[in-house]
Parts: sequence; C-alpha cells; structure tokens
Amino acid sequence: MNRTVAPSGRLWRVGFWEGVFGVLVLTFGLVTILRFTQGLGAVTNLNDEFPWGLWIGLDVLCGVGLAAGAFTLTAVVHLFNLRRWEPIVRPTVLTGFLGYVLVIVGLMFDLGQPWRIWHAMVFWNPHSVMFEVAWCVMLYTTVLALEFSPIVFEKLRMEGPRRLIRAFTTPLVIAGVLLSTLHQSSLGTVYLIVPSKLHPLWYTSLLPFLFYLSAIGAGLGMVVLESYLSWRAFRHRLAMDLLEPLGRAMAVVLALYGLLRFQVLRKNGALAALAHPGYEEWMFLLEYGAGVVLPIVLVAIPRVRRSERGLVTASLFAVLGFVMYRLNVSVTGMERAAGAQYVPSWMELAVSVGLVAFGFAAFAVAVHYLPIFHHEKEAAGAEAEEVLVSAESR
Amino acid sequence: MSVGLLIDTTRCIGCGACSAACKEQNNLPRPIEPKTTAYTWTTVQKAAGVNVRHLCMHCDVPTCVSVCPVGALSKRPDGPVVYDGKRCIGCRYCIMACPFNVPKYQWDKAIPVVGKCILCADRVKEGLPTACASVCPTGATFFGNRDDLVREAQSRVEGRPDRYVNHVYGLTEAGGTSVFFLAGVPFESMGMKTDIPQQPLPMLTWQILSKIPDFVLLAGVFLYGVHWITHRREEVASLVPEEGIHADEPPSPGLFHLIGVWLADKRRKQ
Repeated sequence: MNRTVAPSGRLWRVGFWEGVFGVLVLTFGLVTILRFTQGLGAVTNLNDEFPWGLWIGLDVLCGVGLAAGAFTLTAVVHLFNLRRWEPIVRPTVLTGFLGYVLVIVGLMFDLGQPWRIWHAMVFWNPHSVMFEVAWCVMLYTTVLALEFSPIVFEKLRMEGPRRLIRAFTTPLVIAGVLLSTLHQSSLGTVYLIVPSKLHPLWYTSLLPFLFYLSAIGAGLGMVVLESYLSWRAFRHRLAMDLLEPLGRAMAVVLALYGLLRFQVLRKNGALAALAHPGYEEWMFLLEYGAGVVLPIVLVAIPRVRRSERGLVTASLFAVLGFVMYRLNVSVTGMERAAGAQYVPSWMELAVSVGLVAFGFAAFAVAVHYLPIFHHEKEAAGAEAEEVLVSAESR
Repeated sequence: MSVGLLIDTTRCIGCGACSAACKEQNNLPRPIEPKTTAYTWTTVQKAAGVNVRHLCMHCDVPTCVSVCPVGALSKRPDGPVVYDGKRCIGCRYCIMACPFNVPKYQWDKAIPVVGKCILCADRVKEGLPTACASVCPTGATFFGNRDDLVREAQSRVEGRPDRYVNHVYGLTEAGGTSVFFLAGVPFESMGMKTDIPQQPLPMLTWQILSKIPDFVLLAGVFLYGVHWITHRREEVASLVPEEGIHADEPPSPGLFHLIGVWLADKRRKQ
C-alpha cells in the first residue's frame, strides 16, 4: 500500500524509489553540465566511426515509436467511431505527448548545436529525410499538445477554449494520424541512404513500411503496459474487456510485420546466413523470436491473452522486441561497416535512464492532478453505480 | 566548368606535403593526425605497401548534401562540395550517410562543427589549383578540368595495363565524383570502399520523400471519409430512437457545424 498515492493528496513521500529518483536527477544534472561544457566526446562513446548511438537509437527512435499508441487509438475512437475505447484515449495521448517531449529533450542532448534547432524552419532542404523528421517532430508535438489541452482546460474549468479545441477534434486527429504515419515511416527512411553500411538482415527498401507497422504493434503493446502500470500504481480498474481486443490487434499487426520481414529476408538471401549464426544473426534471432514470434504465440492462446499476466507479458515482449529492432538497426547492424563496436558510456545511459524516469514521474504527476482516468461524468457515475452494486451484493 | 583531382597512387611517395599544405590553406590546427579528422582534412596512409590519400571525393550528386536538413552542405557548380558551419545544427546525418566516410566531427568542442575537405573552394574560384595539388612534388595529385582528368585517367589505365588495375575509382562510385584514383593494386586491398552503389544514393530516399504530398492529400481525404461514414451511420441511427444506441448522447458539434451556426447567426443579425 505504500506505493499508492496517499489519500490526503500528498504525492511524494521519501522512500526507496524517491531516493533512486533523487540520485538519478543529480547524476542527470551533472552529465548535462559536462555535455554542454566539454562537448559530446567527453560524455559519450560516439566518434567519427560511430556518430549515432544510444540517444538516437533509444531516446529518439524508440521514444517516437512507443508514442504510436496515441495516433492509433485516437483514430480508432474518433475516426472509426469505436467509442468503447474512449476511456483509455486520455492516458494514451498523455503517453504520446510525454514521449515526444522526451524525444525533443533527448535531441537537445544529441544535437551538436541544439540551440540552432530553429534552423530547420528557416533553411529548407526537402530532399533530406532529417528535414521531414524535424518538421514531423515539431508539428506532431504541437498536435499532441492540442489533443491533450482539453484535459487541462477541463481541470481549470475553462469552458471556452475547451469547446474551441473540441470543435477542431476531427481535423486534429486526422493531422495527427497523417503526421505520425509520415514520422514513423521516415525514421525508417533515414536508413535507406546507407545500403552499404547497414547489415542485410536489416537493410531493405521496405524499411519505412516496416518501421511504421512495428510502431503500431508496439504502440498497442504500450497501451496495455501503461494501463497495467497505472493500475498497479494508482489502483485504477484494469479494463481487460478493452485491453484484450487491443492485444489481439497487436498480434495481427505483429504477424503482418513478421511475415513481411520474413519475405524480405528470404528474397535478399540473408535468411541463408542464419544457418551459421554470428553476432548479427543471434541479435536478429533474439529480436525476431522474443519480440515478434513469442508475443504472437502468447496472444494466440485464449487462456493466456484473457489473463492479465499473459496479456501484459505478451505486450512487454512486443515492446522489448520493438526496442531491439530499433537498436539493431541503429547500432548492431551498423557496427560491421563501421569497423567499430559501440557500447554506450555510463553517462549516455544516465541521460537515457533519467529521461525515462522523468517520463514516469511526469505521468504520475499528470494522473494525480489532471482528469486522466475518470473524466466523463457519465463514466464516473457508472463507476459509482458499479461500486454500489458490488457493495450491495456483498 | 567543373574541376577535380586525379590521384595516381603509383606516383605518390608519401611525403605528406599535401596534408601540410591543406592545414596551412584552411587554417587547421597542427599536428597532422594519422587518420582524417575534423582538424585534418587529408592524410596519406600506407596500406598494402601503397601510399593512399584520404580526402573528400566531391560527388556529383553528394549524399551529404541531400541528407543535410538545413542545407549546410552544398555542391558548387565548379565542383567543390562545401560546408557552411553557421547553418549546421549538428545532427551528424552527413557523417552517418557518407558512403566514403568523409565528414568528421569536432567531438571535443562544446560548440562543434563538421570538418571535411572543401577542394579549396576559394582558390578554385580564382582559377588556382588546390593547395594539395600545387605542392605535390611528383604530380601524384593532379588538379584539372574534370573532363580532362577523366580522359587522362582512362588513357593512363589503357596505355599501361602492366602498371594500373583496370579501374578509375570515382568514375562510377556513388554515381560519379570529382576526385579520381588510379592504383597498381586492387582498390579493396588499399582499404578503399568498393561496395558502394554505382548510382547516386540520394535517389534512395527521394523516391520516398517525393511521394509525401500525394500521400498527405489522399490519406487525408480517406481518413475524413472514414470519419464521415462512421459518424453519419450513428447520426442516422439516432434518428430512429428505439434503435439508436447513442440516442441520449448529443453528437459533438463538428467544426463545419460551428461555422454553419456562426454564419447563420451573422446572417440573422444583418
């Protein structure tokens, strides 16, 4: 019970995790100072052979991908009009928004001169994938902020702005879906330019499409995971009736992605190399086996996917598989051509772990102060009724 | 007119005068490092018993120019691929994407920029040869008109098959460059990249990027269509009260509905 929020409304109590968080914040601060006074070389293991590392591979590629639940669910609820899933739209949009904010903070660390980020708005180069990426980050973060803003307006009892944003819901959701589709796929397009550098297990002209599909799969997995985590932390109802279909959808997307991946490898001959697995082959097998095949199998068994633990485990593996895919493309698959092994420095890790911790903390604070989980009066009423019914039946 | 360099590795004695001249011309800090860095734009490295210069190839359709989000890199019509450090945001996509691994970064600086050979763009503009070519004692690095260089390279290879391997490196690599190499041993054994595509690499991403406007238009219309159909269905259902599942819930006012109300209101006031 220590882990739940105190009913008095106090959020922080100094315990073990708060201590860990404090140490993290301190480390994060010190590394930040080092990074911006001594340069990238002093804090990272990056060099001319390996110019992109953990901050790009994890913070940016995975941060963006794991936010994919937001556009998927807003499309499901607002465009396909499947209102059933409305109760989990808000936490998902919150996750997406926080994910993108953390991506931007991560970029601030990784860019050599982040204070010039506005250059992308002024000096255009439409031939650059990075230019597309930059615009997608800016525009979609704005869209996510707007999609999230009604929750803040609701809290502040600002009816006018809330209704104004609500009137724009449909265009916003459509813009969000378009920008997300472009952004998720463009992160794959980024690697199309390195045919002689990226290992054939990962290089294919289908990279944009594979990045898009895998992001939707992982995004759905994240919705299940974050529902589970907030259920553990805040004792919110874990709506298995909503999450189980999402798990099934995740498996379908993963299967489609897995099949496509398989076809690509069969055609370019990389599959044959798996008979004599080396470093890259083992990493691929781990990514594909644990991150694609295993979650599909788990979800395919009705008894497993209907149990909380089974569904959460399947989602966890799908998300981890997604993270491995991104890290394999950005690190493992690039090592051979670079002729160098890359292992992130502890300071790179500290920044990445720190950002994830900030994400969790921000989520906790938002859930505590804003109407994220029970916002609709109807829903609240229904819940109250349920409580009454269950109390009576007891 | 476009210029370039012809580097005949069979004539190079490895004196390193090119590296020294480059440092001086471009105000780069000493010492001359063994490998190219952001501060050493060209080196002579011995591989398989051959002295091999390392420098920017100045591609005809440069990958680095296409990947730079802010256009800090550009290909000048007279040949050099130049870099504007004032625009650069430090994303390092050029370093990642260059098929020849040429651009390097100032990893030790708090305010870093990229460093790479710029084919002495200022000298070239005045009709002068590059600093490296002007000091080369054996003519191993030879400056000239790109077309003349190609002819010269091909005639050397054809005329002396005993001296040269039958390939002018740079003629087709990455779709063609402005710097050409001749060698007496296979280029791979000298540590030069031979798995580079023979077409310009920017096409690989442009074939995706060029489709974005069409995609946005089509997908936008499609998504709005989906929205219209699913909500219209509900609207119709709500007109039949006993069958409507959301009959008690007023549909949220859409943007066009609000504009309609506002217009009607305005008309009434007139």
